[in-house]
Amino acid sequence: MDLIVEGVSHRYGEVQALDDINLRVADGETLALIGPSGCGKSTLLSIMGGILAPSEGRVAAEGAAPDGCLNPFTYIFQDFALLPWRTVAGNVGLPLEHHRFDGDGRARRIAEALSLTGLGEFADAYPKQLSGGMRQRVGIARAIAVRPALLLLDEPLSALDAQTRELLMEDLIRIWARERTTSVYVTHNLNEAVRLADRVAVLSRRPGRIKEIVSVPVPLDERTERRHADLIETIREQLWRLIVDEAKDADRELESVA
Amino acid sequence: MSIGDSGKETSVRFRGGGFAPRPKRWASWLAFAVIISAWQIASMSGALPALFLPSPYEIALALQAIAADGTLARHLGASLGRIAWGWSLGTLAGLAVGISMGIWSLARSVGIPIVSALFPIPKIALLPLLILWFGIGEPSKVATILLGVFFPTVISAYSAVDNVPRNLIRMGQSFDMPYAQIVRKIVLPGAMPGILAGFRISSSIALILLVAAEMIGAEFGIGAFILSAGNLMQTDQLLAGVVLLSMLGLLISALLARLERRVLKWR
Repeated sequence: MDLIVEGVSHRYGEVQALDDINLRVADGETLALIGPSGCGKSTLLSIMGGILAPSEGRVAAEGAAPDGCLNPFTYIFQDFALLPWRTVAGNVGLPLEHHRFDGDGRARRIAEALSLTGLGEFADAYPKQLSGGMRQRVGIARAIAVRPALLLLDEPLSALDAQTRELLMEDLIRIWARERTTSVYVTHNLNEAVRLADRVAVLSRRPGRIKEIVSVPVPLDERTERRHADLIETIREQLWRLIVDEAKDADRELESVA
Repeated sequence: MSIGDSGKETSVRFRGGGFAPRPKRWASWLAFAVIISAWQIASMSGALPALFLPSPYEIALALQAIAADGTLARHLGASLGRIAWGWSLGTLAGLAVGISMGIWSLARSVGIPIVSALFPIPKIALLPLLILWFGIGEPSKVATILLGVFFPTVISAYSAVDNVPRNLIRMGQSFDMPYAQIVRKIVLPGAMPGILAGFRISSSIALILLVAAEMIGAEFGIGAFILSAGNLMQTDQLLAGVVLLSMLGLLISALLARLERRVLKWR
């Protein structure tokens, strides 16, 4: 399924968060949204999935959702958003409970999502018993279980330590290779962007506009290979130059004392 | 930090520790034993006049006597019935209103000013009015407890609903969960810790109102028993009644602790 963003602007009161965003995410593609803090990238992600109404413009989908899709626009959250009173299996099953299944269809889907994320043996554990990485795997399993047409990832690895982040990136690449889900990935981490995205959209700060879209012309599973190292590093440098000045401004900004 | 001569090795002085109190079981029991024995010794030596403060042994004897002749069962039964009805009905009504106020803007806008205006009234002040409405019998006492329990339950329920993390509700919405399911599977379980904490407050209010209502107009009940023992200067029986109240309070809080452990085992 393709995602089309047409002329989206958004204001929070006086503050213009997004200004005339136009984007097309192609079927099966992963688009990363990067930008300094306060550039409205999370706002844009919320608008894309329909949990925030834009002040202007519209978001449309084109093409069919995958078979058995229960929730076309599905989020993976930075803070995992797991229900602490439910087990791992209970959390993964939550979005399936208001849909009808034949026979043991629901249990099969849960088991499938758990095994794909390596959570099989943790099905009966509670979130507080799990490490941060495992908690986010539950969030990923919950998202996969509904067979989304578009996966919206809101800084999914930001709450994790660097080593866990590496492991989860590999998991995501493996899952994408299998499911071919169209994805939008918000991050402030350039390494994640050049590692996971087919294209990287760089947003400017306040108002958020698309400054440039950079392609990463290396297949996902070859990104860590030595022969591509120079190209990947060049792209990373290019992305950094695009945001460095505004990142400095963002860093030095005082919050208004309202 | 000054380090000794260069080249000389000194071990780093430990400066952590403390500020982490941990319960020590033996100390709790020992403290009880010391206080009760000191009291007993003071009574036996004549330092405490038996009429004003009977010894622990005499109180135990009085308890045994009222247990043997059925007085205890009659009074305790009456009290338990009132507190059970009053607390349960007040809690049910309070949860219904409080959760509605937590979920619906209209219920909240209507509810908050009314609850704020009525909550500070000491409910025992309404007993005379309730007696006029319902008569001197059980309903007026149950209604007093009900009202006393209702308002704090409303407040704890709606602030517990308020404190359910918004990101969990957004998560439910992002998966297109129906409204009723978000309430049942996310809001209510998320509010349980706050609601159960409210039970502790409302149960102690119920106990206070029970005794007060029984002292104003009841034939049976622990409050009535204590009052009549006081009128007859039977301080041993009076204190036996007080001990009963303490045990009743402990029993209620033990039951609530058990409920919390069961419902909140995920914490």
